[in-house]
Amino acid sequence: MSEEKKESIESESQEKPTPKPTPTKKPTLEKVNLPEFEKGLADKIVEKFGEKTKVAFVKPDRVRINVSKENVHDVAEFIRDELNFDHAESVSGVDYPQDKEIEVVYHIGSYTDSSLARQILVLATRAPREENPIPGNDATRLPSLRDIFYSVEFHEREVFEMLGVYFEGHPDNRRLLLPEDWADLPPLRKDFAIKGR
Amino acid sequence: MLKDLLTPENANVFVGKLGDILEKAIDKPLGYAINWGRIWSLWPVHIETACCSVEFGAASSPRYDVERFGIIEAFGSLRQCDLIVVQGTITRKMAPRLRLVYDQMPEPKYVIAMGACAITGGLYFDSYNVLPGIDGVLPVDVYVPGCPPRPETLIQGCMLLQEKIKRMKARKFV
Amino acid sequence: MSAKLPPGLALQKVDERIMTLNVGPQHPGSGHMRIIVQIDGDFIVACDPDPGYVHRGEEKMAEYRNYILNIPHLERPVIHDSCNVLYPYVLGVEELLGIEVPERAKYIRVIASELNRCIYIMYWLAIYGIFLGHSTMFMWPAGDRELLIDLMEKMSGARVTHAHFVPGGVRNDLPPNFEDVCLRQVNYFEKRIKEYAAVFYDNPILIARTEKTGILSRQDAIRLGTTGSVLRASGVDYDLRKKEPYDVYDELDFQTPVLKEGDSYARSKIPWLDMMESCRIIRNALAKMPKSGSVRVKLKPNPKGGDDSVYKRVESGRGSLGCYIVSDKKPEPYRLKLSVGSFRNLIALPYLLKGEKLGNMPSVYWSLNYWPVEADR
Repeated sequence: MSEEKKESIESESQEKPTPKPTPTKKPTLEKVNLPEFEKGLADKIVEKFGEKTKVAFVKPDRVRINVSKENVHDVAEFIRDELNFDHAESVSGVDYPQDKEIEVVYHIGSYTDSSLARQILVLATRAPREENPIPGNDATRLPSLRDIFYSVEFHEREVFEMLGVYFEGHPDNRRLLLPEDWADLPPLRKDFAIKGR
Repeated sequence: MLKDLLTPENANVFVGKLGDILEKAIDKPLGYAINWGRIWSLWPVHIETACCSVEFGAASSPRYDVERFGIIEAFGSLRQCDLIVVQGTITRKMAPRLRLVYDQMPEPKYVIAMGACAITGGLYFDSYNVLPGIDGVLPVDVYVPGCPPRPETLIQGCMLLQEKIKRMKARKFV
Repeated sequence: MSAKLPPGLALQKVDERIMTLNVGPQHPGSGHMRIIVQIDGDFIVACDPDPGYVHRGEEKMAEYRNYILNIPHLERPVIHDSCNVLYPYVLGVEELLGIEVPERAKYIRVIASELNRCIYIMYWLAIYGIFLGHSTMFMWPAGDRELLIDLMEKMSGARVTHAHFVPGGVRNDLPPNFEDVCLRQVNYFEKRIKEYAAVFYDNPILIARTEKTGILSRQDAIRLGTTGSVLRASGVDYDLRKKEPYDVYDELDFQTPVLKEGDSYARSKIPWLDMMESCRIIRNALAKMPKSGSVRVKLKPNPKGGDDSVYKRVESGRGSLGCYIVSDKKPEPYRLKLSVGSFRNLIALPYLLKGEKLGNMPSVYWSLNYWPVEADR
């Protein structure tokens, strides 16, 4: 798609002296008015991984990519090595009981590359959700990204205790914030109701 | 008779009980003196439990300066303290530690519950990890409301505690 | 078996040399957290921070309250920096609801957030003085910050918990004559903090205790994902006010201090330099602010977001503070996550303390610009 665009720009610039590209081929894209730089980032990932990734949205400064849990490690490695993102700002878990899945969202940023300073790449993946969770011993598992982005260490520990997602390959899946004797459901799951509600 | 009681083995116990015996002997005047001493030596434990510690710190700042009243000098070892100011929310993780701290303090000891969270749970009344007030953990003497209480309110709470100590029976703790 | 138990419950074998020491939660040099250190003589071999003593479940509570009712409890994590900790949430809700904020409100927000940054840093500095046994350094900042608290009280009506920012602007307009008072107080404040150099930053004892302790290299600072003053003390020039300007920061004239050493001294100096820039920003914003106009867009009674998610971040007193809001067409957020600077800086603590003397622990720990209540949320 991007190659076609380039061709059209070149052909137009030959005809007119002022190179003001107006992509007439896709009026839908024109309406949405996607930011160019962020689109480039998303295209690079789609180019490499193709069907395995799905670009959820491209907004100014934010690109969101949904990946299956088998590919999240490879995609993260690509993001670090080729796209120069170097640290994860936050890891949040979101519970979707109706889909029977728990989503884990990594917000990845860059300190070293000044052109990426505004950008946050949102990498989302999903783990299967158990009705009766046994944190650490059930199918709710994801590969840990700690060996790629070191900064996720404490964040992943927090997601493990708050949602029961076990991170395989994480060296330190202990409890962090909750009391030592917490024996209830992981509290950020939707079926854990707080008192009086 | 006294000579029979006092053996090298129980000399320490006897000396320790001496105050008790004296206090029983002269109840009122000595009790007044003991209470007077307790009023002006309120030393709080250095334990922060939540965000009210900011205003607790501000109470020692030059503008409010609670030390001019002879109270709340926020330093000192746990074993030499007689006041515990619960500065805000008590979570389920902190509650056993708070009780542990309280149990280690020598008698007599007083408790001030500072802030709405320490009194009823406050803003966090429906949180899964917050106790609805510390009454279940500690016997509270003075409640200081506010979220967070202004330093003036804390000072007033301390003065109320002093009033309370003045009217207490000193013998209870000796 | 014992590795799976939480810290504190696991029985540890007592080595002949290595001793395990619990620092906190009742300790003058720990704040509301526990640091488990293993020491060999006077040197720290390993360190395991154990936060969570103030974990109040803000994120769960936010799922039960609508966008307006969330304001008071979301500023409680850092009550002395309450404007900044609320800022990303307010920006995120504005993006969800598609609200455009009036120009004057943006300037008021910037002034309030810079005043709050100074208030936070002054408290932090006061406690840093206590940790180092420097009582004068507790008294001076604790007294001087009351000036700025007065200003905030005048502006919003509360000493520390302002709840002044709302989606759509700020709650109230500035009181009459605020600009003059603010300018006068800030000028005096700036004169005062410059005097701290003589008593604190040029103090040979302080330099001896903090220089070349807890060195965080530039690469490690990036790799560990630290933020704020810790990052800038290690030579990475990254400040969201410059890099991703929100509201009107791109129209104001200021700089972000950067030091290269990466030790405790540099980390303690960056916030102080930050305060001078904050004073500059406040003066600049007061001059450029529109003199009149609306400060708040009225919202519908129970605003609902679309089926969307936003991630907004601002530069708080402790570094980047992000707020991730997932909305599902209901008045309440479906999920709200605060990614706070303190929690991100905590990961650096085990690295910095390894091989350090035990006596340096408080100064290294507090130089991370760490506020436990915020880290636990």
